[in-house]
Amino acid sequence: MSITTGSLAIFRRELGAYFATPLAWVCLLFFLLAAGILTFYLGGFYERGRADLLPFFNFHPWLYLFLVPAVGMRLWAEERRSGTLELLLSLPVSTVAATSGKFMAAWVFIGLALLLSTPIWWTVNFLGSPDNGVILASYLGSWLMAGAFLAISGCMSALTRSQVIAFVLAVAACFVFILCGLPMVLSGLGSWLPDWLVDFIASLSMLTHFRDISRGMLSLKDVLYFVIMMKLWVLATVWALKRHY
Amino acid sequence: MNHQALSGEPLVDVKGLSRSFGPLQAVSNLSFEVRSGELLGFLGPNGAGKTTTMRMICGLIRPDAGAVRICGHALGGLEARRQIGYLPEGAPSYTEMVPRQFLQFIARVRGLRGDAARKALAQVVEQLELARVMEQPIATLSQGFRRRVALAQAIIHQPRVLILDEPTEGLDPNQKRQVRQLFTRLAEDRAIIISTHVLEEVMAICTRVVVVSAGRLVADGSTAQLLARSRYCGALSLRFSQPLEDPDCFAELDQVASVEQSLGGRVLTLIPESGAQLLEPVQALLKNRPREVENLEALSLEPGRLDDVFFDLTQGVV
Repeated sequence: MSITTGSLAIFRRELGAYFATPLAWVCLLFFLLAAGILTFYLGGFYERGRADLLPFFNFHPWLYLFLVPAVGMRLWAEERRSGTLELLLSLPVSTVAATSGKFMAAWVFIGLALLLSTPIWWTVNFLGSPDNGVILASYLGSWLMAGAFLAISGCMSALTRSQVIAFVLAVAACFVFILCGLPMVLSGLGSWLPDWLVDFIASLSMLTHFRDISRGMLSLKDVLYFVIMMKLWVLATVWALKRHY
Repeated sequence: MNHQALSGEPLVDVKGLSRSFGPLQAVSNLSFEVRSGELLGFLGPNGAGKTTTMRMICGLIRPDAGAVRICGHALGGLEARRQIGYLPEGAPSYTEMVPRQFLQFIARVRGLRGDAARKALAQVVEQLELARVMEQPIATLSQGFRRRVALAQAIIHQPRVLILDEPTEGLDPNQKRQVRQLFTRLAEDRAIIISTHVLEEVMAICTRVVVVSAGRLVADGSTAQLLARSRYCGALSLRFSQPLEDPDCFAELDQVASVEQSLGGRVLTLIPESGAQLLEPVQALLKNRPREVENLEALSLEPGRLDDVFFDLTQGVV
């Protein structure tokens, strides 16, 4: 049996598990409602008079700050609490494959939430002539950013058996990766850190990389950043799981 | 898997296993083997290192020293895990699923597909009588059924090695009997390790017993060999309809080490001196005591008491 087979089985089970509880529906509803409210009211979607989805995507990092940890908090904490972690890790699947399977399921679930937000894309096409390439790139960038947030949340979930603690840890860790890209934080750091270090800290921020993508500049550098973030945090999750025993 | 090729070879080969958690030495230089056809009772008081050992055998915990081989495969790779069926302590399962989904998931991860998966599922459903709960969420099942579902996942792939932590906890006497019969059948061509506190279970089904205490192996032998270490091995129990006037007459026999009384003096247990046979001298004594004979309701020879051996082996060590 290949690693992929075990991963796939775990992926299917995990995805199904999301919809077996009300959590999935609550998260989907929260995301769609919050995204709508933020876009149309706070983002000034109509007042701007421009056919683009910038007001929609600008809020994604802040939405994900709470949505993604809510999705990722149960990934491992629940397995630890219920004792199924021991069962899962005794199966003939490597820890990397098990972690990947669970991560992919949660990532696909978030992708589904994003997919359900596409009526807003149709709306903007109905109202004007947006650059659909930019919007497509933004959707891709948003999903990649969600993946990075999710990898962090999964790792935090592997550290504890409490979903609440996992959620709080994940929000805090994700917030750090937003914070280090905020102009006011960077200007504050710039007063007592060398420029190259401030640039480096800024380059670690999800905000910096997502901002470029959401403006239509889909560069390999930004995509690689998110992919590397996901890989590193998934590996950190594997380490945390192995350390548990 | 070629079963013939492995006959005679240990299916579980544990050598010099050690593991500590900080300052606590959980398992220390533990070695034993389990062969096909053996049903090994893994005994020890709480905190003796049983669960840590089981987890190391399943590849969940890396030992600090020593090695485990499963069917000739070193732990670490996935091949060893494929040969193992494991029932963790508490018999966990995904409670939001129904047993059919849960067992299909396990079969899939175990690499079973199509007809093979369907047959394997049908077989465990029959073996553990799960048919009527297959579509009911596991969360709503009784503890007995939950445990049987968890047991089904451990055997669905017909593993050569079964590692079961407290497998009959929560089962009613009928279910226990049924599951024990299943273990005995399964052990014909497998190696089974059962960790349990139920000594009666060990006596009923285990062909061999390993006792650990404070992480160390303190006994390894057949149940008969272990029972032979009991001071009650060869003891004679006499039950009378009413208490005897002179129970000390039995204590005066040379072959009797001591006499224990219970049920208000109605039952006497004569404990023999090491290796002594009590039946003949007691019969000779009773010939001259017609009142006691008239009073005697039952006389039985004890094979030994496992709880007594267990206590002797583990007391003072933990």
